[in-house]
Amino acid sequence: MKIHEYQAKQLMAARGIAVPEGVAVTTVAEAVGAARSLIEKTGNPVVVVKSQIHAGGRGKGRFKEHPDVAGVNVVLDGIEGGIEAAEEQVRYLASRMLRSTLVTIQTGEEGKQVNHLYVEQGIDIARELYLSVLLDRGVSRNIVMASTEGGMEIEKVAEETPQLILRETIDPAIGLAPFQAARLGYGLDLEGDAHRNFVKFVTALSELAVELDTDLIEINPLVITTDGRVMALDGKMAFDDSGLFRHSEVEEMRDESEEDPAELEAKAVGLSYIKLDGTIGCLVNGAGLAMATMDTIKHVGGEPANFLDVGGGADADQVAAGFRIITRDPNVKGIFVNIFGGIMRCDVIASGVVQAVKEVGLEVPLVVRLEGTNVEEGRRIIEESDVDVVSAVDMKDGAEKIVELAK
Amino acid sequence: MSILINKDTKVIVQGLGKTGQFHTDKAIAYGTQMVGAVHPSKAGTTHVFEGATDHSGVPGRPDNYRVELPIFSSVLEAIEETGADASVVYVPPPFAADAIMEAAESGIRVIVAVTEGVPVADMVRAKRYLADKDTRLVGPNCPGVITPGEIKIGIMPGYIHQPGKIGVISRSGTLTYEAVYQLTRLGLGQTTAVGIGGDPVNGTNFLDMLKQFNDDPETEGVVMIGEIGGTAEEDAAEWIKDNMTKPVAGFIAGTTAPAGKRMGHAGAIISGGKGTAAAKIAALHAAGIEVAETPTDMGAAMVRAMG
Repeated sequence: MKIHEYQAKQLMAARGIAVPEGVAVTTVAEAVGAARSLIEKTGNPVVVVKSQIHAGGRGKGRFKEHPDVAGVNVVLDGIEGGIEAAEEQVRYLASRMLRSTLVTIQTGEEGKQVNHLYVEQGIDIARELYLSVLLDRGVSRNIVMASTEGGMEIEKVAEETPQLILRETIDPAIGLAPFQAARLGYGLDLEGDAHRNFVKFVTALSELAVELDTDLIEINPLVITTDGRVMALDGKMAFDDSGLFRHSEVEEMRDESEEDPAELEAKAVGLSYIKLDGTIGCLVNGAGLAMATMDTIKHVGGEPANFLDVGGGADADQVAAGFRIITRDPNVKGIFVNIFGGIMRCDVIASGVVQAVKEVGLEVPLVVRLEGTNVEEGRRIIEESDVDVVSAVDMKDGAEKIVELAK
Repeated sequence: MSILINKDTKVIVQGLGKTGQFHTDKAIAYGTQMVGAVHPSKAGTTHVFEGATDHSGVPGRPDNYRVELPIFSSVLEAIEETGADASVVYVPPPFAADAIMEAAESGIRVIVAVTEGVPVADMVRAKRYLADKDTRLVGPNCPGVITPGEIKIGIMPGYIHQPGKIGVISRSGTLTYEAVYQLTRLGLGQTTAVGIGGDPVNGTNFLDMLKQFNDDPETEGVVMIGEIGGTAEEDAAEWIKDNMTKPVAGFIAGTTAPAGKRMGHAGAIISGGKGTAAAKIAALHAAGIEVAETPTDMGAAMVRAMG
């Protein structure tokens, strides 16, 4: 699960991790009010207006409706024109940013609607660094990654200048040891107050990762201010879905408008669904088999419309729900049901398919491949129904048949 | 011969709830020596399992079975009373890592964790805890381990397996069934099939199992089934290139998976450009592994690899 930058900063601030002062808003009036109060409170006439969406690349992103407005804007008007000038510019920006569609390198062409803005105080930046805490699957432990190359895409840094990335592996029984935090600080060429503040910052961040079951915390950039403070200028957090049951504080931050409605609907009935761009809908049991089914469709010349894993213990109702979600996608020109029944019985799947077709109708070709437990009974249920189904002997045969029929 | 488990392995089940009961019954029907259960709230009682024997499992048994399974409050007590050396974990996610650590500390040799949805941070700690224990953990989020005709620990359907000469290692349950069934129909059968699970942090990886299959005299070839996410397949391929003396066939799922999306399994995600199917398939090819183009060809790829 992902959260917004302003929410990540709330979680950090609550744990004594330094972040700039800021206010999350949903209306133009709130944005203007936030700018005034920040300037009055901090004495800094500069504010920043930041789009809040679950995707990176916001600074370089542009709005579909207003191509001249960026996803993140530094408002300097207050330096010469005073608070009123700053307010005027924030009003101009916020009225164009809110409810508009931001397109960044991570959102795809369709972009994402901006419903929240974060208005933040300006910061006098001396240096921009990179810092993250994430799982290293190779050693099954969290690591801290840091780099002097703040503000850059870290994948690019890793590829072009891997020597500029520092790593410390966290022993789960110890936590990030003081010497490791210090070593990172020296590796980033920090000294004096900045080094002391960095050690405090990275230690608290590594503790937050464990406390809140994060998958990833990324601070890019982490800034050193001109007076030696260390602050998270940006903040990205993603959480381990399996750990959310013990963090209601995080669960409450879920923004469902950021998630695909069909994916949410599937999740609500215990199915795992991901929409793709192709034309062949698939309904499969098991994540690996579901992926392999998509691959096989592609291999024989088609394009999968979705990933859908009904899991190991689905009942007829869940299968029917999955079927409804697939058929609602207007791109779908054919459906492939691919089941290897282990614990999942083929007769249950067959009943679900028949039930679903009766309920929602079937306007595209349907190919069903059943194998495994109670396969004979499953095939009989489908044959004896009046549902128009093409049977397949194996996965490849089924993929070939549906791709041909959907042409 | 086989790896990890055989007909002499004595198994306890940790977590005898509805799921645990269902699969314990199937395991007993197959012929697995289930000797006890750990479920503190039911400790001191027994649970009766009875039904018709699954004749696709351990041969030469009567048509019906009846087992009174004793239930214990701790793994240590269960081991003392039954001599168990393996356990299967069906404990719910919030408590699964603790159950794994308890089994390891008590002296269980092989732990099979079926539970799906164990928090990653719990597994990071559990794996650290297991580092100095003489225990092999398989899973979590895995279908289990089966040595056909001898023993089945986990949730896989027994009847698709057949005693034979191929080792199977896989991150996916249903793709394992797919491979196993093809090997059975080709008459190759399996020595042992190991589902290592779909989580980002697991007890056993491809490399661990490849080494054991390489040393197992009965295993004549290995099918390994990987998927997007992490670099375990690449690491395994590197080892195979230099060390494996037996033919290996492989399949990688997720060629069409979009980056940044979790494909069902917690560990199946392409992030930061890492863990793509293309990179894994290239690594397998570079190691001389016969890569199946579709899952339907996994058995055929094994036949090709064996020459």
